[in-house]
Amino acid sequence: MALLTLSDVTVRFGARTALDAVDLEIAEHEIVCVLGPSGSGKSTLLRVVAGLQEPAGGRVALDGADQSGVPVHRRGVGLMFQDHQLFPQRDVHGNVAFGLRMRGAARDEQARRVEELLDLVGLPGAGRRAVAELSGGEQQRVALARALVPSPRLLMLDEPLGQLDRSLRERLVVELRGLFGRLGTTVLAVTHDQGEAFALADRVVVMRDGRIAQTGTPLEVWQRPASAFVARFLGFDNVVDATVSGALADTVWGKIPVPDGSAQGERTVLVRPAGVRLVALGEGLRCTVGARTFTGSRVAVLLRPDGPAGAPGIEAECGLREAPEVGAEVGVAFVAEEVVVLPGERRGAAQGVQAAVMA
Amino acid sequence: MALPVAFFAVFFAYPVAAIVGRGLKTDGGWQFGRIGDVLTRPDILGVLRFTTWQALASTALTLLIALPGAYVFARFDFPGKQLLRAVVTVPFVLPTVVVGTAFLALLGRGGLLDDLWGVRLDTSVWAILLAHVFFNYAVVVRTVGGLWSQLDPRQEEAARVLGAGRLAAWWRVTLPALGPAVAAAALMVFLFTFTSFGVVQILGGPGFSTLEVEIYRQTAQLLDLPTAAVLTLVQFAAVGAILAVHAWTVRKRETALRLVDPALTARRPRGAGQWALLGGVLGTVLLLILVPLGVLVERSLGGPGGYGFGFYRALGSVESSGGTFLVPPLEAVWNSLRYALVATVIALVVGGLAAAALTRRAGRLVRGFDALLMLPLGVSAVTVGFGFLITLDEPPLDLRASWILVPLAQALVGVPFVVRTMLPVLRAVDGRLREAAAVLGASPLRAWREVDLPLVRRASLVAAGFAFAVSLGEFGATVFIARPDRPTLPVAVARLLGRPGELNYGQAMALSTVLMVVCAVSLLALERIRTDRSGEF
Repeated sequence: MALLTLSDVTVRFGARTALDAVDLEIAEHEIVCVLGPSGSGKSTLLRVVAGLQEPAGGRVALDGADQSGVPVHRRGVGLMFQDHQLFPQRDVHGNVAFGLRMRGAARDEQARRVEELLDLVGLPGAGRRAVAELSGGEQQRVALARALVPSPRLLMLDEPLGQLDRSLRERLVVELRGLFGRLGTTVLAVTHDQGEAFALADRVVVMRDGRIAQTGTPLEVWQRPASAFVARFLGFDNVVDATVSGALADTVWGKIPVPDGSAQGERTVLVRPAGVRLVALGEGLRCTVGARTFTGSRVAVLLRPDGPAGAPGIEAECGLREAPEVGAEVGVAFVAEEVVVLPGERRGAAQGVQAAVMA
Repeated sequence: MALPVAFFAVFFAYPVAAIVGRGLKTDGGWQFGRIGDVLTRPDILGVLRFTTWQALASTALTLLIALPGAYVFARFDFPGKQLLRAVVTVPFVLPTVVVGTAFLALLGRGGLLDDLWGVRLDTSVWAILLAHVFFNYAVVVRTVGGLWSQLDPRQEEAARVLGAGRLAAWWRVTLPALGPAVAAAALMVFLFTFTSFGVVQILGGPGFSTLEVEIYRQTAQLLDLPTAAVLTLVQFAAVGAILAVHAWTVRKRETALRLVDPALTARRPRGAGQWALLGGVLGTVLLLILVPLGVLVERSLGGPGGYGFGFYRALGSVESSGGTFLVPPLEAVWNSLRYALVATVIALVVGGLAAAALTRRAGRLVRGFDALLMLPLGVSAVTVGFGFLITLDEPPLDLRASWILVPLAQALVGVPFVVRTMLPVLRAVDGRLREAAAVLGASPLRAWREVDLPLVRRASLVAAGFAFAVSLGEFGATVFIARPDRPTLPVAVARLLGRPGELNYGQAMALSTVLMVVCAVSLLALERIRTDRSGEF
């Protein structure tokens, strides 16, 4: 049986619907990451599960038991707040031991568990330090230890690494995944950072406007985005309207080959940058190089199609040496393996979705 | 919210309304014509003019003298700064009677200046103005300096980089940010000096009379209640207007200023100019605040036969007072402490509940209630005291013979301080801390105890200290309702000063010194607790 079951959960703030009939199941020991832009309702999701937000409709069940009417402090879930919310008047030990004190644990038991958890998060012997003098990364570790100490059946993390700098974030994400694996903790985390979500989660849930847009393993979501919105949210910009028939899609960029078995008809097509090949001038679509961005081992090249007016730009990925100069004219061809015909009917133009993401 | 409202209705609105009613209502009809009659009398017009004029002059003088002080306290680091900050705050919690007495000892007949150069200022307006500056110096230093120390100096630096000169940067960036705080401080000073009673009563002599003194004279000496009622209404209207403007400036002050830790903005003075400024401010504090207090102590120790504790010893017996008291004056110390303690408890309960109610709710009604809580600061204490006498003398509230009357009146003045101190702290408690506690297993009550209480405890101690000091020094209302055999310290001082003879004068100085020490000790204890300056006083 699933540890957490949300069925048809709806939350409204006045006229705005923050969660719109959300269904979600999390199995024991699973790490699930909810991914979405700000305002997509992901923090509200956590607050509903914790009991900090009353749903307008639907049902939250933990271990199969309906949680409506169960107050926050009796739900036995852990929540790590976005800005940690460490108690300023208590030292590290006082913060970490808080949950045990609430459960009436004996003093030596508290001391033992706190020491154990501080070791685990990499802050051995920090118990007597004041929280105000901790760095951002240390505060994050203390908040994590505080949430873990009572051994909650479900641990929820709200933007756990949001305020940390990039290198620290990348290191911590790996540590966290290892830690949760060893402890067997069931985790529901929310983040707006796809890298974080993919590195941490067994399963990713993409949210948009209070609804679940896609759910699947990181690989599934990455390889087969369920919609233009998900594709653009993951950073893919080569999204274009198409009419698919057989193994070809007709777009403003010309005819693009698609994998066998793709859905037919009026669709939206995603071309991953790796699927854009630069070929000799005269072959394929004629383009001008608009900009080049160095991204580490590769160069992202933005191409402007010369032909049809108003056609969207194309992003290509090149090795360091073969990247053409800005202003150069090139031919462009597409590789079928890197083209995805997105499921679902085409709803308006892909540009409308982009506007929604930007907003 | 119900208890504070009831408290204010019964012990504030009702007595004041009763007094006004008694003055303006005869033969079953309201005599509003009297308002016009009274307000056209030349002597009353003179009082109104003088009250306004001296309040304006006092405010201007206080700003002039205290603003450099605010700057020095905000931006300079120097040894003894903490202590000095506490010292300049002492006058603010000193009873007006003590302030009056101290300046009498400095400027009055037989005072220090009289002895040295034969200069007497006690019946001049200068004595009143100086005493008012002495009294309100801390209001400006705390309100303006508190904000100034938290203004990010980099704002000014940004202006400098963009091409503004040193003066232009201050004028265009710092001053506008400080503006609301300066206005708020100025209004508080204006309010306190506009309603000044004890200081003017003692230093003014017969020539100078503020509204409050005139209300006292009309009520207690001339028994002309209608005139007193009209004057009370006038003062009520003026105070209401001042408080409305003050509330507006406070709201403006709360808007969108980026504040930083004060410890980051202060540094050691650099260059001759800054050292001179620091020296000037220290000199001012010495002359204006320490000298009057020092002279008070000196006079209390002096006597015909050289220095000694003669006056203090005399306080312990009934006989030496020459029939001024029914009990030894020293008893007043215990009366005062007892009354002030009870008043503090009442003020904490009423003010704490009011502050909690104000934190939880919002809206026009609540803002009105917020303003109402400030009114006792400015409405004639004399009227309240006299109102207690005539309204609380019949069942079910026959309290005239009860000792509780005095603490009740004193608590009334303490409540605004409690509310102003607790409100910012209560508002600052992050609701998500409570949520964090709940998620970790704390029930709502437990969460309040674990999260709110530790944060509020310090603020309540500070509030209690203020309420205690203010209750201890309350004079205008207490002078009416304290029973002759149970005088409080300020009442005893005033009574001693009203009698001729060196012994009475010396005893008044001694008793004032005792009162000053009690107030100063409670304030210095407070300073140790108080770490943040987020309160509005």
